[in-house]
Amino acid sequence: MNKKLLSGPYLMWMIGFIIIPLALIVLYGVTDRSGSFTLANIISITTEEHAKALWLSLLLSFVSTALCLILAYPLAMILRSRGIGQGSFIVFIFILPMWMNFLLRTLAWQTLLERNGVINGVLSTLRLPSLNLINTPGAIILGMVYNFLPFMVLPIYNVLMKIDDNVVNAARDLGANSFQVLIRILLPLSIPGVVSGITMVFVPALTTFVISNLLGGSKILLIGNVIEQEFTKGSNWNLGSGLSLVLMVFILISMALIAKYDKNGEGTAF
Amino acid sequence: MKKSFVKLLAFGALSLLSITLLSGCGKKEAKAGSAGEVYVYNWGEYIDESVIKQFEEETGIKVVYDLFETNEEMYPVIQAGAVKYDVVCPSDYMIQKMRENNLLAEINLDNVPNLKEVDPKYMEMSKSFDPENKYSVPYSWGTVGILYNTKMVDPKDVPTKWSDLWNEKFKDNILMQDSVRDSFMVALKSLGYSLNTTNEAEIKEAKELLIKQKPLVQAYVIDQVRDKMIGGEAAIGVIYSGEMLYIQNEVKNLNLDYSLEYVIPEEGTNLWLDSWVIPANAPNKENAEKWINFLCRPDIAKKNFEYITYPTPNKGAFDLLDPELKNNKTLFPDSDVLKNSEVYKYLGDEVDSLYNEAWKEIKSN
Repeated sequence: MNKKLLSGPYLMWMIGFIIIPLALIVLYGVTDRSGSFTLANIISITTEEHAKALWLSLLLSFVSTALCLILAYPLAMILRSRGIGQGSFIVFIFILPMWMNFLLRTLAWQTLLERNGVINGVLSTLRLPSLNLINTPGAIILGMVYNFLPFMVLPIYNVLMKIDDNVVNAARDLGANSFQVLIRILLPLSIPGVVSGITMVFVPALTTFVISNLLGGSKILLIGNVIEQEFTKGSNWNLGSGLSLVLMVFILISMALIAKYDKNGEGTAF
Repeated sequence: MKKSFVKLLAFGALSLLSITLLSGCGKKEAKAGSAGEVYVYNWGEYIDESVIKQFEEETGIKVVYDLFETNEEMYPVIQAGAVKYDVVCPSDYMIQKMRENNLLAEINLDNVPNLKEVDPKYMEMSKSFDPENKYSVPYSWGTVGILYNTKMVDPKDVPTKWSDLWNEKFKDNILMQDSVRDSFMVALKSLGYSLNTTNEAEIKEAKELLIKQKPLVQAYVIDQVRDKMIGGEAAIGVIYSGEMLYIQNEVKNLNLDYSLEYVIPEEGTNLWLDSWVIPANAPNKENAEKWINFLCRPDIAKKNFEYITYPTPNKGAFDLLDPELKNNKTLFPDSDVLKNSEVYKYLGDEVDSLYNEAWKEIKSN
């Protein structure tokens, strides 16, 4: 009885702030302006502009997730080798920028990348030709990697730290070299951290609209921008919700794929 | 009129702070709230905060102040009626949409004697969306024009027409407005069409023109046009006249080696008005009328103008301004410059969708 009472607030939270809003999005997504049932909002993902925006979003978030992984894994390895004290200090330094508002950090990148920005200022004092950095897909990827990198570092670091040194030592005793230790021991054992890192980077990168607005000059239309436009400018909540549902499906698919890969990975491949 | 998300955040934090402060003070004076409440729904950074306090002190009416960022975001809130606002400040075309959908109450103008301070010119202008001047009282107005950098633009290329935004020389140096209607306005006007066109062929033609322009455009932004132009990031941009006072001051303060000039294009432009309206379900209608009347008082309108810098339609406030400001043709242009200009109209959901789809096509191209 007592246990049930304790779960009450969480239940209320889940119903009020997760279930009901989701149900409303589904409701908006499958109705038109007059309120009658339609699948047009969902099917509209196949129109040229929407499909293109979705494809571009998938591409950019895939690239930035891959970059985050490439950057984060070696870092987490270094942190592991540094031991608890020094390692957690570096982790602290890494998450320090996250105390600043996300929007401010992205705006700061804008000032760095602009034509008369900090980077080009340095280049011109060194008499080097200036670079066209802002308002390109590259700038958007940079913004994504910068903002989401800590979400990749932290889970991998946590998992690596939990691996018992004796496991590594045992492998070495049995004649494994450093590379084999990495490939056959550390990598397989750290898969759960990698998987949660990938989801935590891929999902927000796929749905972002702020980064593409600020660093892409709104010239590059991502699926998040389309949905934002339908809600804030187009007054078409139905279409916006329909497209959000499609996006949710994509996120679910990617999570399922990752989970499947994870299971296989642990079971056989390594 | 268009305020960025960032500013809104900052303002939201500030207003939250001030509400806490105000409610703290309220206990001491015990006056605010004694004459009831008024729920105000306004654009972000669109009022001098001290005016709210002054209103509370003078009338004893407690102000509950909320913000919105776009007209489209405000509309469903009023329509759903979950929060019953007493007085709202939408733009022209949105007022028409609200009126047509029976969301507005007639304002009892007997309770707004200060309406006489509003220049009749703007009441006339309001008739395009409020034909009998029964539902709205103008708060601020302005034009949309071209801003150019005197150093980056060759004197012989100085823009005078919207079609100058298609000049290849400005490649990667043009800032366009990231707004469906404003961008289409530029294209439609340069083609000689009405900015309120509902003709599909004309919209299509404008769309193709904007797609053609896209390679020349550096970025589609809203009020970052201001900071980017001050920073010399781009040579030419589309901007609201209300930003000009800030820009002119900033150019002076920063001692820049260029100046930024504002042009109202020959083809005519968008004349916009933001006006106070009272929703049909407003619980404190009389307090709302007091609020509107208060804001029409010349000294208050002047205070607000000096804070928000968007031109005031208040004749009384205008007369109180420094001669230098009065003669600022950028803010208060002569009426013959505006002869080809139009006020936005609500075009109906169907046509709105046409514009939105076309805009997405431009953006994804």
